Amino acid sequence: MAAPVIDRSATASSVRSLTLGKALNLGLRTAMEADPKVLVMGEDVGKLGGVFRITDGLQKDFGEHRVLDTPLAESGIIGTAVGLAVRGFRPVCEIQFDGFIFPGFDQIVSQVAKLHNRTLGRVKVPMVIRVPFGGGIGAVEHHSESPESYFAHTAGLKVVACSNAVDAYWMIQQAIACDDPVLFFEPKRLYHSGFMKADVDTAATPQPLFASKVLRRGSTATVVAYGPSVKVALDAATAAEEDGHSLEVIDLRALSPLDLGPVFESVRRTGRLVVVSEAPSEASLSSEIAARVQQECFHSLEAPVLRVTGFDTPYPPAKLEEHFLPDLDRVLEAVDRSLAW
Amino acid sequence: MSVLDEVPATEADSAVPDSAALYRTIRFIRRFEERAVELVKAGEIRSGIHPCIGQEAVAAGAVATLDADDVVLSSHRGHGHLLAKGCDPARLMAELAGRATGIDRGRGGSFHPSDFSANVFNATGTVGHGAAIAAGIGWAAATAGSPRVVLSFFGDGAVSQGALLEGFNLAALWRLPVVYVCENNGYATTLPAGAAIAGTVVGRGEAFGIPSSSVDGQDAETVYAAVREAVVRARSGGGPSLLEMRTYRYHGHHTFELKTRLRYREQSEVDSWLGRDPLLIQAARVAEDERARVDAEVEARLDEVVRFAVASPYPDPATATDHLHADGLRPRPGSAR
Ligand SMILES: Cc1ncc(C[n+]2csc(CCOP(=O)(O)OP(=O)(O)O)c2C)c(N)n1
Ligand SMILES: [Mg+2]
Repeated sequence: MAAPVIDRSATASSVRSLTLGKALNLGLRTAMEADPKVLVMGEDVGKLGGVFRITDGLQKDFGEHRVLDTPLAESGIIGTAVGLAVRGFRPVCEIQFDGFIFPGFDQIVSQVAKLHNRTLGRVKVPMVIRVPFGGGIGAVEHHSESPESYFAHTAGLKVVACSNAVDAYWMIQQAIACDDPVLFFEPKRLYHSGFMKADVDTAATPQPLFASKVLRRGSTATVVAYGPSVKVALDAATAAEEDGHSLEVIDLRALSPLDLGPVFESVRRTGRLVVVSEAPSEASLSSEIAARVQQECFHSLEAPVLRVTGFDTPYPPAKLEEHFLPDLDRVLEAVDRSLAW
Repeated sequence: MSVLDEVPATEADSAVPDSAALYRTIRFIRRFEERAVELVKAGEIRSGIHPCIGQEAVAAGAVATLDADDVVLSSHRGHGHLLAKGCDPARLMAELAGRATGIDRGRGGSFHPSDFSANVFNATGTVGHGAAIAAGIGWAAATAGSPRVVLSFFGDGAVSQGALLEGFNLAALWRLPVVYVCENNGYATTLPAGAAIAGTVVGRGEAFGIPSSSVDGQDAETVYAAVREAVVRARSGGGPSLLEMRTYRYHGHHTFELKTRLRYREQSEVDSWLGRDPLLIQAARVAEDERARVDAEVEARLDEVVRFAVASPYPDPATATDHLHADGLRPRPGSAR
């Protein structure tokens, strides 16, 4: 296969301003250049470049043997990727929308998660499953969901979520390089948002993949979020400043294993924690965080851990999603409740 | 004696289709979809739709063979199935627009509507899910001694899903009264059927011993004849059938394509299928003055439909916790706190 020709003429320096979607695309491209064993597979990912255009141009540049248009068959896609992964490839599967991961769920929890353990470590399953997740695009049930807790609940899987272009660029490459299977959640409503454009320095040294990150220092209360909710948390912190509250905002990034050290450290200083997530709250990542923080920071807590999440209902019709999704007002209201405790 | 001679008598049991009625159904679906696309552009249908324009003869011809009590399972491209089965178009349009007056109060939307008054049991938005559900509904009918049949629609994309093949196997194993109708419009989103399906659609059915055939899906009367034979077989205990309807969608996969122009079909291909427009094929069988009368009546009705949908309120967000459980159990108050 001919070596791909990449047009870099427009960007002489190592810094470029990218949307989250374009940063993912560049990260995938870079990983594919670095390792010929990296494959991309999924529905409409090749010729079309994905319904969200995240794999745009990859098939053209790397060929049909490395970027595969698969039939509509999530169980088949993930199962095939398992077979490839245990034989030395690094497949990156795209699930078209969050709600369509479930035909492949069985392969994920029964095979992807367990093969390494079951074979006493003799096989590795270095595959990535990319999942555009979350709401806010005016779509319906199956197209706006946040299923990450199912996977964080499953031993043997690693789960991460990116929230911005810089992380998207690095995290996708790190996930591909990881020898374990990684569920990679992408905040679809931020893919093409100009607001989320950032300067990505491709020569920088990234932080480790499974590490959370303090995005904003503060002392009044700690707000923890991941994926699309990080922007909501940051907006809330900006708005809270006007009321004289300084919020510390932490982007979890790693959902399994969780990196809660920075959260404990923060809560020991602020005494208050609000967790923000679009996923329904029952038996979820937000419950796990609340449980561990109360265990580790019990004597520092000035108020119970509060959660701002999607409701425990199916995802609502498009016109009602603004009521379902955590927004700035709900986060600020939770901060106020914590302060008034 | 063929199975056709031992058919239980039913309302729709006519070997001869009603050409004018089929024309009206096709015309109604076509114009309903065109009006819905306008409402998408106007921002009234926020989620967009998967228009079935170009495929109307399949819905019209297939559903015309059924009785009111027979059950239809629809797909994400299913407005035509619902309309042909007698769903109230005003309440369907309100459903697409997410309004409180919709058949499912906006909860099903364009993607997963149900209309129990018309015996349309849900459109399963997850591609391939309907085939086994259809088998179960068929089983329930058969064990109750009822002559009811189930018509299960899906696209060419679905025949690559494992769930669909499991449904086929069960329906065949237990000789269930299900008619599987695959609307092969040549593409699953942007992937050509030829690049997705090893073997053939018909071969999927034959592998399970299901009588299977491929039919011209642009001609409503051809569709009618083929589906009628399968319905008769199902009603008389002959088990499931699979019919591949060769058809085409004239619009994009979803109305998002109005904004994102995708290039995955040749214009010459679209043009050749436009030359086999199901509306024109059926129109040629109906007298001109009759057509003019139907067209005017359809338009007047659709004016009311659109007015009703647009004027309807959105559901009260407080209703979001209704109907989670049969015993009325709701999420804990403030469960997100
Ligand atoms: C299991 C599953 N995966 C992915 C999707 C997303 N999706 C919606 S429609 C569609 C293509 C369906 O193609 P086909 O079955 O041929 O029906 P058509 O759209 O052509 O009517 C896809 C991939 C889905 N609905 N369900
Ligand atoms: Mg299709």
